[in-house]
Amino acid sequence: MKLFGYQLPAMSSLILWGILWELTGRLDVTFFVPPLSEVLETLFSIIGTPVFVKALSETAYAFTMGVIASIVIGIPVGILMGKNRLLDELLLPWVNIFLSAPLTALVPVLMVLFGFGMKSIIITTTLFAIWIIILNSRAGVMQINRSLVEMAHSFGASPIDAFIKIYFWAALPEILGGVRIGVIRAVKGVIIGQLLISIVGFGALFELYSSNFLMAHFWAVLVVLFALAFTIAEFLAYLERRVAYYAAKR
Amino acid sequence: MRSRPLFLKLLSAVIVFGAWEIAGRIPVSNAFPTFVESMLALVTLTLDGTMFTAYVETLKPLVVGVAISAALGIGLGIWIGLSSKFDWLFSPIFIVMQSAPLAALIPLLIIAYGIGLTSKVFVVCIMAMPVIVLNTSSAVRNTPTSMIEMGRAFLGTKLDIILRIIIPSASPIIFSGLRLGISAGFIGAILAELKITPTGVGDIISFSRSIADYPSMYAAIFSIILLAVLFLNLLEKIEKVLFKGNIRGYASD
Amino acid sequence: MPQTKEVIATPDTREIDYAVRARGISKSFGDVEALRNLSLDFPRGQLTSVLGPSGCGKTTLLKIIAGLLAPTSGEVEVNGKPVTGPGPDRAFVFQDFALLPWASTLRNVAFGLELRGVAKSERESIAEKYIRDFGLTGFENSYPHELSGGMRQRVGLARALSVDAQVLLMDEPFSAVDEQTRRKFQEDLLSLVQQENKTFIFVTHSIEEAVYVSDQVAILLPRPSRVSEIIRPTSFRNKGTDSIRRDPEYLDIVDKIWESLRSYVE
Repeated sequence: MKLFGYQLPAMSSLILWGILWELTGRLDVTFFVPPLSEVLETLFSIIGTPVFVKALSETAYAFTMGVIASIVIGIPVGILMGKNRLLDELLLPWVNIFLSAPLTALVPVLMVLFGFGMKSIIITTTLFAIWIIILNSRAGVMQINRSLVEMAHSFGASPIDAFIKIYFWAALPEILGGVRIGVIRAVKGVIIGQLLISIVGFGALFELYSSNFLMAHFWAVLVVLFALAFTIAEFLAYLERRVAYYAAKR
Repeated sequence: MRSRPLFLKLLSAVIVFGAWEIAGRIPVSNAFPTFVESMLALVTLTLDGTMFTAYVETLKPLVVGVAISAALGIGLGIWIGLSSKFDWLFSPIFIVMQSAPLAALIPLLIIAYGIGLTSKVFVVCIMAMPVIVLNTSSAVRNTPTSMIEMGRAFLGTKLDIILRIIIPSASPIIFSGLRLGISAGFIGAILAELKITPTGVGDIISFSRSIADYPSMYAAIFSIILLAVLFLNLLEKIEKVLFKGNIRGYASD
Repeated sequence: MPQTKEVIATPDTREIDYAVRARGISKSFGDVEALRNLSLDFPRGQLTSVLGPSGCGKTTLLKIIAGLLAPTSGEVEVNGKPVTGPGPDRAFVFQDFALLPWASTLRNVAFGLELRGVAKSERESIAEKYIRDFGLTGFENSYPHELSGGMRQRVGLARALSVDAQVLLMDEPFSAVDEQTRRKFQEDLLSLVQQENKTFIFVTHSIEEAVYVSDQVAILLPRPSRVSEIIRPTSFRNKGTDSIRRDPEYLDIVDKIWESLRSYVE
């Protein structure tokens, strides 16, 4: 949108919303919305505190472990499914089911089987992320241009060479796309896990602050979380764009 | 051979359920019932009506939430898609909402709106709306320029173009946005039940867990997943039938 | 200052009635100047091609004449009246057909009439006539994705003709179909121009096509866009469609044009 002939940058309306937030808070419209300035102040004051650092590291730990697991398991499974028709036909229905299923429903099972600790949260995170990673890895492998495969054969490439020099790069944009979506889902998974399973990490902070009506604190942590989630998402999108320059139309 | 995919699907189902049965018998854990036990519990719960009443409870916030999200979301999405001012104003909100773990807002909703139907409906709405709005606005904005030009060239009014060209052209993506929104809404509904107040199916799950009636718990979870998946698959099939021509790409291809 | 050179011996042009006149058209998109001070006249009842390599602004010019784009300066007159937007006197045929994928052939052909508020039964009977004329009988209830490329463009042509506009604007209409279909279209276009008493403005980048179908060819060169020549082929216009492509004058003109355009191809 243009204002006085200048093209406004994409997310700049957030500034406007920020001002609105500030006003709503100042005018004391509702108890639950403190002014943005107060939230930001609280944010900076709690960031260094041991409570916050502990919550962040617990959440980060669960998140990272979950994402690593989903990548380490998901990408190879997806690739194998893309290459082997039998395996694909056996597994694909289940991948599709779990992709669209409300995974939240599985959390009680995890709680019951694996306890109320970090393990369950990590598994929850993995479960949220893994299906789309599998699907996209599979798609990435399946859409490799036939001509590239034939070209590799005609020039006598060994299987390892072919994989490292051609197939990997050809499938990479799609795989990265899957990882990006998977990571976003993982963030949701780790939070849902924390809300339902055990009171650690950010989930604990949310419970603590909301039950003590510390609204500014609650929003501060929320803002940090949302900002982190958004940054990760944008960073991955950036990576994907860097790699995808050669992906062209699919 | 054409029956192979079906055969393999059945085979994979048998393998998975068989593994479940075996794992239950070992047992992998005291809390892991066999497949047969869970299915029996499912049948029992269905026959004595518990399942039915539970689902009516659970589906209430889901249906209301999805209806509101669809109406608001599509309307907002069309507006955002048509007006660059509104796009600038509202898109960032929904973009942030889409990558954010909205579940974190649930504790807030609980203190603000209590533990009744209202907060559950809210949960469904915040989970479902972003994807509906973003899909709709994107579809509207990406209407092929030549079709719009064609409408103008043949003297269509702005309203004509919106109603007869832009919205029909955007329908497939709007519909698939709805499908994704419903899927997110399901997650919201269950989350609401497990976290806010146990009612409906969430109650069966929590209660069974607390009295260690694991077959019932697994039965309830199995039923939700089954239902959600069946319903979403149905939507996908409807989508394919309704939008046959459009899935192939636009007429100009 | 005349921008155009008359190349082949022409009949006296002062008596020709011009349906469309473009005067001093300039069009910039931001910093990019697509057209600069371009003037061109289109005789009534004839087919004029606008020929040139990619990027020479010919589609931009066509859309300005159609009223879909506004020129930065200059003006276009159709039948003596200045152009301010799309109008019932002009109809457009799109390169990518621009059909409604969710509508049947019948509805697509009738769409121009539908937008003008013509009653359903009336517009359907008009559409049916054009469906017959364009050989689409039997496909009234088919959808675009069920039709071949050639048939889709025939729907586009039928739609443009059904609104009975005096000026027909065609934006590389045959470039999205295969070669054989394209040839057929060119032959059919010749007879269409004979039958209908309309003015055709035809944008193309194919030299053979332009010389084949046109009463006059205006050659546009890029950067800055300008009309470099207007060619009026004379002798082979009334020969049978089959013999034109081997006519010596036809071949000469095609070669000449290629000579002058060759250097502009990147």
